[in-house]
Amino acid sequence: MGLDIRLPIGLLFSVIGLLLVGFGAFGDKVVYQRSLGLNVNLAWGAVLLVFGLIMLILGRRSNAIHPHAGASPDGGGPEGER
Amino acid sequence: MSLTSIDWVIMAVYSVFVLGIGVALKRYMKTSTDFFLAGRSIPAWVCGLAFISANLGAQEVIGMGASGAKYGIATSHFYWIGAIPAMVFVGIFMMPFYYGSRARSVPEYLRLRFDEKTRGLNAISFATMTIFSSGISVYAMAKLMQTLHILDSPLRRMGLPLSAGFHISIVISAIVVLVYILLGGLVSAIYNEVLQFFLIVAGFLPLVLLGLKDVGGWSGIKQQLPTAYTHSWQGMSNPHTNPLGVEWFGLVMGLGFVSSFGYWCTDFLVVQRAMAAESMSAARRTPLIASIPKMVFPFLVVLPGLIAISLPAQRASLLPSAHGTDTMKGETAVTGQGLIPPKINETTGLPMLDANGRPLLDYDLAVPNMLVHYLPTGLLGLGITALLASFMSGMAGNVTAFNTVWTYDIYQAYIHKGASDQHYLWVGRMATVFGIALSVAAAYAATHFNNIMDFLQLVFAFVNAPLFATFLLGMFWKRTTGHAAFAGLLSGTVAAAVHHGLTLPVGAVAGIKGGWLATVHVYPSEMAQNFWTAIWAWSVCMVVTVLVSLVTQPRKEEELVGLVYSLTPRISEGQLPWYKRPEALAILVVVLVLILNIIFW
Repeated sequence: MGLDIRLPIGLLFSVIGLLLVGFGAFGDKVVYQRSLGLNVNLAWGAVLLVFGLIMLILGRRSNAIHPHAGASPDGGGPEGER
Repeated sequence: MSLTSIDWVIMAVYSVFVLGIGVALKRYMKTSTDFFLAGRSIPAWVCGLAFISANLGAQEVIGMGASGAKYGIATSHFYWIGAIPAMVFVGIFMMPFYYGSRARSVPEYLRLRFDEKTRGLNAISFATMTIFSSGISVYAMAKLMQTLHILDSPLRRMGLPLSAGFHISIVISAIVVLVYILLGGLVSAIYNEVLQFFLIVAGFLPLVLLGLKDVGGWSGIKQQLPTAYTHSWQGMSNPHTNPLGVEWFGLVMGLGFVSSFGYWCTDFLVVQRAMAAESMSAARRTPLIASIPKMVFPFLVVLPGLIAISLPAQRASLLPSAHGTDTMKGETAVTGQGLIPPKINETTGLPMLDANGRPLLDYDLAVPNMLVHYLPTGLLGLGITALLASFMSGMAGNVTAFNTVWTYDIYQAYIHKGASDQHYLWVGRMATVFGIALSVAAAYAATHFNNIMDFLQLVFAFVNAPLFATFLLGMFWKRTTGHAAFAGLLSGTVAAAVHHGLTLPVGAVAGIKGGWLATVHVYPSEMAQNFWTAIWAWSVCMVVTVLVSLVTQPRKEEELVGLVYSLTPRISEGQLPWYKRPEALAILVVVLVLILNIIFW
């Protein structure tokens, strides 16, 4: 299919990661009583952000190698494995 | 529980992405193959993640957490024995026929291999079953939204009654699923399943890590709980010495062989994900790739239940018991265990006690309570989004399987043959609308007649139990005939019903739990009874199919090429690097799962 799934995954996790990092850095710290005093929003948000960026890079790179892979309806892209 | 704006923003971002994926895929949906089979163009790792996510509905996430709290680490058997061997088998031995025969669905394979009536039987029972499972998924989600009180504060602000939350959750999720499947068909469903996979990991991993830190790691859990909870095999020689109440033979044969192979190897809901793969080798690798995350999933879904029950003292439940109302706030006299509150009797509002006067625990609240207990606002929104995602893809998975079977195996086969491809594409879209409407109706039926849902699930268990015997014989014994397959399936289903009617789990009354004919045997647990029902159904189907095959006329061998093992040329994959060869992956998977079993012996 023309849309590489890694692009939406990467974008979604980057956005969620950024939101959590932002909230963890600037939001009220009282909420972390629940999470054993750890600012998990900041830490886990950063992990998700990194994951999202890696997916974006992988998705974009494979699009650059096969710019039209799968774009033609008859599946004209190389029959290769990714 | 109160969600703040950051939680709502995360949920909103997710919904935008789900719908956006559908919109982005719309222009690729040109033929019915694009819509129903994703144009057979999906890479193996994407199919693999969709393969396990399609099965990982939120009922499973909640249910496995509940079982983790109730039975301990032995719950992992549902993964390590109850899934991995079957997934390896379907990838190595069965996928060559499913994918290679170019059948578009599992019932269509049955028609190619056997005959029209065997396909019809399978297609109709499967289509009915998907509607009801999808309905149960919707119902469970709306119920969870109520239990977690997620919609309470927005509803109050809008001046609506709190009970409206149930209907709002059903309608919104149905609309979201409808839109993205209508737009992007199976690709949309698969892509969303992959998103859901990553969301479940992202939402539950911090929960497990925080919980483990709180209880002092695995050794902390071991100190708090009896040894039976932290060992998966000890005590399995006798049903009375392990929490599952099953002996090893019933476990391995009933769960590990009949039920699990029956599900993973023949259920079109999962097999459809592999059929969408871009090549034969990708289709064969799909279940093998899926089995690697599958085997570590117990740490994500079973462990939260174990953590919830091993917290040293009863902690205040942040959620009232599932059936309880807000009146139970003062009821702390009868305590639960860890994070698990006692079950509340719906009519009296008092905690329910067992025969020894100890409170019955509401295990289904283990995971929801864990989420609320450990996740701060922000991550909580992510955790709820993960649950929502898995409910929606549970529904979407069923609906995409339904629209395919309906269009190809019922509509094209019996109602309107020989129409144009565009017509079938249109019928598939209509079937999506119709399937979702029926699921919503089934969800409402469940609110009124809970017993009817239990009853239907039982009937489907009877229908499914013998199926694997039919496929096994059909694929590996060329002598098997269509009449035999049909007779075997019917008699296997009857055998399951009769076995259920003649046995009872200990402590149950005759009725929906069994014994409705007479009680000739009492099983130590319901699980043991279920496993043995499956074993009987499978064995009867096997014997009847073999006997009838021997007295009926087999098909000509040349008609069976590509459908039966002995008549199909072996696939050579020698040119691929080892990590892309299904056989090498299979060995790796088996070794890894053995290691896990030894560690948690």
